[in-house]
Amino acid sequence: MPIRTGTVHSPLPQAGEGSGVRAVDSTADPLTLSSTHGGEGSERLFRTLEPAGLGLILVLLAIALLWGSPPARADDAELRAVLLELREADFDGKAALIEKLVTLNPSRITPILKALADSRLYYQADPERMVIGRGDGAELAIEEAATGAALGTLSKRDLERITTNNRLRRLIEERLARLGLASADPQQRRAAIEAFLRNPDPAGAELLKARLAVETDLKIKELLTLSLALADLSSPEAPVRAQAAEALGGQLQPEIRGQLARAAAADPDPAVREAAQRAVSRTEFRLQLLSGAETLFFGLSLGSVLILAAIGLAVTFGVMGVINMAHGELMMLGAYTTWLVQQWLPVNWSLPVAIPLAFLVAGLMGIAIERGIIRFLYGRPLETLLATFGVSLILQQAVRSVFSPLNRSVATPDWMSGVLAFGPLELTLNRLVIVGFCIAVFALLWLALQRTRLGLEVRAVAQNRAMARAMGVRSARVDALTFGLGSGIAGVAGVALSQLTNVGPNLGQSYIVDSFMVVVFGGVGNLWGTLVAGLSLGVANKLLEPWAGAVLAKILVLIFLILFIQKRPRGLFPQRGRAAEV
Amino acid sequence: MRLPIWLLSDRAGLILLATLAIISIVVPVLNLWVPAEHPLHLSAYTVTLLGKYLCYALLAVAVDLVWGYMGILSLGHAAFFALGGYCFGMYLMRQIGARGVYGDPVLPDFMVFLNWKELPWYWHGFDQFGFAVLMVMIVPGLLAFVFGWFAFRSRVSGVYLSIITQALTYALMLAFFRNEMGFGGNNGLTDFKDVLGFSLQADGVRIVLFVFSALALAGGYVLCRWLVSTRMGRVLVAIRDSEDRARFLGYRVEQVKALVFAFSAILAGVAGALYVPQVGIINPGEFAPINSIEAVIWVAVGGRGTLVGAVVGAVLVNYAKTWLTGALPEVWLFALGGLFVAVTLLLPSGLMGLLRRRREVAA
Repeated sequence: MPIRTGTVHSPLPQAGEGSGVRAVDSTADPLTLSSTHGGEGSERLFRTLEPAGLGLILVLLAIALLWGSPPARADDAELRAVLLELREADFDGKAALIEKLVTLNPSRITPILKALADSRLYYQADPERMVIGRGDGAELAIEEAATGAALGTLSKRDLERITTNNRLRRLIEERLARLGLASADPQQRRAAIEAFLRNPDPAGAELLKARLAVETDLKIKELLTLSLALADLSSPEAPVRAQAAEALGGQLQPEIRGQLARAAAADPDPAVREAAQRAVSRTEFRLQLLSGAETLFFGLSLGSVLILAAIGLAVTFGVMGVINMAHGELMMLGAYTTWLVQQWLPVNWSLPVAIPLAFLVAGLMGIAIERGIIRFLYGRPLETLLATFGVSLILQQAVRSVFSPLNRSVATPDWMSGVLAFGPLELTLNRLVIVGFCIAVFALLWLALQRTRLGLEVRAVAQNRAMARAMGVRSARVDALTFGLGSGIAGVAGVALSQLTNVGPNLGQSYIVDSFMVVVFGGVGNLWGTLVAGLSLGVANKLLEPWAGAVLAKILVLIFLILFIQKRPRGLFPQRGRAAEV
Repeated sequence: MRLPIWLLSDRAGLILLATLAIISIVVPVLNLWVPAEHPLHLSAYTVTLLGKYLCYALLAVAVDLVWGYMGILSLGHAAFFALGGYCFGMYLMRQIGARGVYGDPVLPDFMVFLNWKELPWYWHGFDQFGFAVLMVMIVPGLLAFVFGWFAFRSRVSGVYLSIITQALTYALMLAFFRNEMGFGGNNGLTDFKDVLGFSLQADGVRIVLFVFSALALAGGYVLCRWLVSTRMGRVLVAIRDSEDRARFLGYRVEQVKALVFAFSAILAGVAGALYVPQVGIINPGEFAPINSIEAVIWVAVGGRGTLVGAVVGAVLVNYAKTWLTGALPEVWLFALGGLFVAVTLLLPSGLMGLLRRRREVAA
């Protein structure tokens, strides 16, 4: 028992107020909160104690009081006094009080100042004290400002808000930042320096200099040097300014860029202006590099979507020579499978389940299409095109009838959302995952075609059907399985698409022209061609976008493709040899 | 007057022409002179609907000419149809004059809305009826010729050609959706008031448009029938059946293909131009790839390589569409999709083929 009370060595709330029952209540709170295990047990302990020995508790309280460090008590009293002064003070007075709080620097300084900045600091008349209110309704969960002890809920009407204004908020932010500079947490030190960057002043510069002398973290040291250079930019001496401008060139923080641009335009000294101009152009060069890298990433990401959409087609159209206009709808089936899986499973686990399931659903549908329709139409590509187009209409309408014509939104798992930052370059995680996914699918397909028995048979039938049959390959079975494979990959692509766009009955339609273009551009019957074509079309599209706009870029790419096919009707990497002539 | 032998020997064609002649007399009579309460009265809505079918039929004839006789499966013919429609729509837009919502005497409403100050250069001349009619034929024809010239010269054929024609119409659709193109963007051209000074809302004008559609279909049909009966028509079929052999025999295959493709596009453009005043709107949706593919299925249903079959297929499928989208909207796409599958699997030579086989069995 004494050990338990010992854990409550934090200053006891309202210990001086005398009412024993109240004291029990308020000690019970920190006790149950602070005991990490057996909290229930201690509550029971108190309940059994309650009727028995109020006196005992009072004694324990007295012991606890004596154990609490007396200087801290005194600080608390001063803190309380300062806080209470806030109620009557005008804004100037409040600013002075904030400074006073900062010099006092109690452990509770951050929550108190933050609460004041957020207008969540309240005055409670009975008992007279400052509290921090949390929550949005009429009832606020309050805690004692000076100690952080929770005090239950209270109606807003019984509280008086301590008003604040933007000047005070700025002051608070700055002072908090300055306090953060000495913090042990590098994150907080960084935040403090960044706050200085936004709002540089000479006094802050002195603090930064002092910190630079003792700072050990290399990155923070660099940031400190930068901040000091920024402060130097407003130094009265021209050489110092010029040097600072040199040092700041190539830095991407908006504050630094703004200051540099101002110096380049309006510095009284020509040498400084020149230095600043050089620095600005260095910055611009870096920005261009950065936006180039970003464009490349977007292009790669679009390219991998195109590849995913086209790669199944590369199997059915490229290897088998079958035009499947329902390919887009098979992707749509994959996307809807994802949506269905998410109705049953938690989002984070849905994708690993959805991928094989989508493969299965779309693959089986593909086999059904092949057995039911396409096998009667081999050697008549135009008829195949029309029949599969019919299938695509039926599938679209089926989805519309079953799932409603409205778009369904598929949730993105936590592990796929967010950004990955490489320095100033920020890449969205879901696109990054899809790029990786595309590579994986491509590699698996390639392995399946090159290293498995089925792949061997597929290639044999594609090259010379009659000879393959003569060697004992059951070509009809191979046709069905190949088509199923291509369709299954379309389904898997649909899972990826569901992470990027809305899932609706028209999902497939919007990709069908694109994916045919990719296959034809790359050269029919050539997986690597599809890969190169998808990536280059994706990147080209994104490169054109900044100056042409998204739609025009797409039109330009289409026109380029139309011209390209006329120049090289067999694509980038035409098949050579006997297989090409069949 | 003696009919030429190529027309006389074409029984189905004569029946078609006779039917067209009859409906272009009967429909005006039933619409204008039969009182509205009489059960045989045709409403303005029905007349417009029939006129629409006739325009579609002309488009189908154009598709059949290149697909049935030359073996080019164009998945972009609706683009030529829409281009013709836009050309005539531009004329109709200019006819609105100061009666638009914004009352600008020259600029169409959407340009005023986009805050444009003057007419783009390509809108000039479209206030003249003759110029617009000329453009209705020149724009699709020229596009098809240039496109075909490049495509056929580099021997793009078969499925590849189908896909790039689809890409063509897709690219045009995206382009026309852009407001900056100056064709009304998403909304297209609409709110037409009158043509050659006659109000488009008047019953008489609707009837005249209907009769013109019938005449255009008859004319288009006769032209195509004549074309396929000439030596050139033989070359077309030769190209369809064995392109290389035709080339080795000394025919300039690319030129023939490009010319006929352009002619077919002109027919499609005329069909579009007649379609727009009857429907009252033209927008980028007309470029949608599915429209072109629907046109192909009309031909397939009727029987490709028959010309008459194209007309029959277009009217039947569109009638079914009107009826089904009204009665059972859910079923329409199922039916259309099923039609694609069924026709290609079970009825490769279409309804006309079915008729012919029946006659052969009977004989």
